[in-house]
Amino acid sequence: MKMVTAIIQTHKLDEVREALNAIGINGMTVTEAKGYGRTKGHTEIYRGAEYQINYIPKFKIDLVVDDGIAENVIETIVKTANTGKIGDGKIFSWDIETVIRIRTGEKDQQAL
Amino acid sequence: MFDSGDTAWILTSTALVLVMTMPGLALFYGGLVRSRNILSVLMHCSAICCLSSVLWFALGYSLAFTEGNAILGDFSNVFLLDMARDAAIGTIPESVFFGFQMTFAVITPALIVGAYVERIKFGAVLMFTSLWLLLVYVPVCHWVWGGGWLADMGILDFAGGIVVHVTAGVSALVIAIMLGNRSKFPDQISPPHAPWMVMVGAAMLWVGWFGFNAGSALSAGSDAGMALLVTHLSAATASLVWLTIEWIRFGKPSLIGLVTGTIAGLATITPASGFIGPIGGLICGLVGGVVCYYCVDLIKVRFNIDDSLDVFAVHGVGGATGTILVAFLATESMSGVGLDGISVSGQLVTQIIGVASVLVWSVIATIGIIYITRKLVGLRVELEDEVEGLDYKAHGETGYNL
Repeated sequence: MKMVTAIIQTHKLDEVREALNAIGINGMTVTEAKGYGRTKGHTEIYRGAEYQINYIPKFKIDLVVDDGIAENVIETIVKTANTGKIGDGKIFSWDIETVIRIRTGEKDQQAL
Repeated sequence: MFDSGDTAWILTSTALVLVMTMPGLALFYGGLVRSRNILSVLMHCSAICCLSSVLWFALGYSLAFTEGNAILGDFSNVFLLDMARDAAIGTIPESVFFGFQMTFAVITPALIVGAYVERIKFGAVLMFTSLWLLLVYVPVCHWVWGGGWLADMGILDFAGGIVVHVTAGVSALVIAIMLGNRSKFPDQISPPHAPWMVMVGAAMLWVGWFGFNAGSALSAGSDAGMALLVTHLSAATASLVWLTIEWIRFGKPSLIGLVTGTIAGLATITPASGFIGPIGGLICGLVGGVVCYYCVDLIKVRFNIDDSLDVFAVHGVGGATGTILVAFLATESMSGVGLDGISVSGQLVTQIIGVASVLVWSVIATIGIIYITRKLVGLRVELEDEVEGLDYKAHGETGYNL
């Protein structure tokens, strides 16, 4: 099993969710996140004074999937979240040891 | 005797002007600070409203509006002890006049909140407000509206360009300097946490200002009607001025810029509102909008003074600008009410003397009040409290529990 974490532009969330649904992913955790990378934030101007906004709002998506479809999931996110501009975000993935469904106590593959 | 139409309009205006502070000004200022100081700003405005109301009843109204001498009224009407139930001021009950004036005594010290947000002790707010109301607002109110020496000179201040905006604006600048800048000013200050809230507050101020200016006619006739009209024209014009300047300068017109222009236009028209015609309203908006815009830059960027929410640049400068403009715009050739047997230059001198003397008194008295307040309760919170925010540190509450 793999954990896939994607940081994406806020306006891309719906598109990514729909695309993932279409390839059979039917659960994810979404977090409102803030951060910066190469964009280094942006400036906003209020009453003529410039303010440096260091952290830009993003969405962070976390999902745990079977090894077999992880590659497909990552490709799907890359394709749908891409706008071609800096600030599109990043994807991280790594191996997961255990998954447990709290309600039933089912483990690993059954719990996904 | 009483005119029911006049009385009804001033009752309505009283409610409108109270809404300017509660919650108009509170929201206007609240949206401009960091999210961890939102409640402290709402608290300052609310507490000032209550405190000023009681002080106005106990002492302020008597000292401002009884005969006394040219400088100050007397104590004959403290706690309204001298007011008969059916006493009249013009065509309205004195109780209504008292209430209407009380809402002015509420909003004026509340305007100063914008200068000291995010770093002042709550006790200092209460002490400063009490002393300031009695030592600055009340005397100046007597000078201009209570039959004092500026009234005798023939000063024109319809709804408080001098009494409200110059006093509050100048004192705001003084307290901003003496209190010192916020710890990370100017480089690392957080931007306004809720621009939408600033707009909602500004909209309430705009509507409430109809009561402020048109109510100051103290009657429901053509003076009130024209005051309301020019007030709206000035607000709209100054808003467009800010929008245009920002669009040209930064490439994007901002919401906070537009509504700050609104308030600049409203402050500028205030002293002139009952004396001028529609074109005068347009001119007040144009001039007030431009002058206030560049003053915000001057105070914050050039002089590096953290008058945090631009009370001096918007209110003080706007009020003074309108007070000067009224000498030109009140003339019959500008479709104003006409000057009372005096030339434009003669009236202009009176207006300048009015602004200058009130400016000087506001500076001197405010410095004294700040020294006393600093001695008795202290002015500034600890740096740690400033960083963590006043909501929790001073009031034990959190603005947003999500």
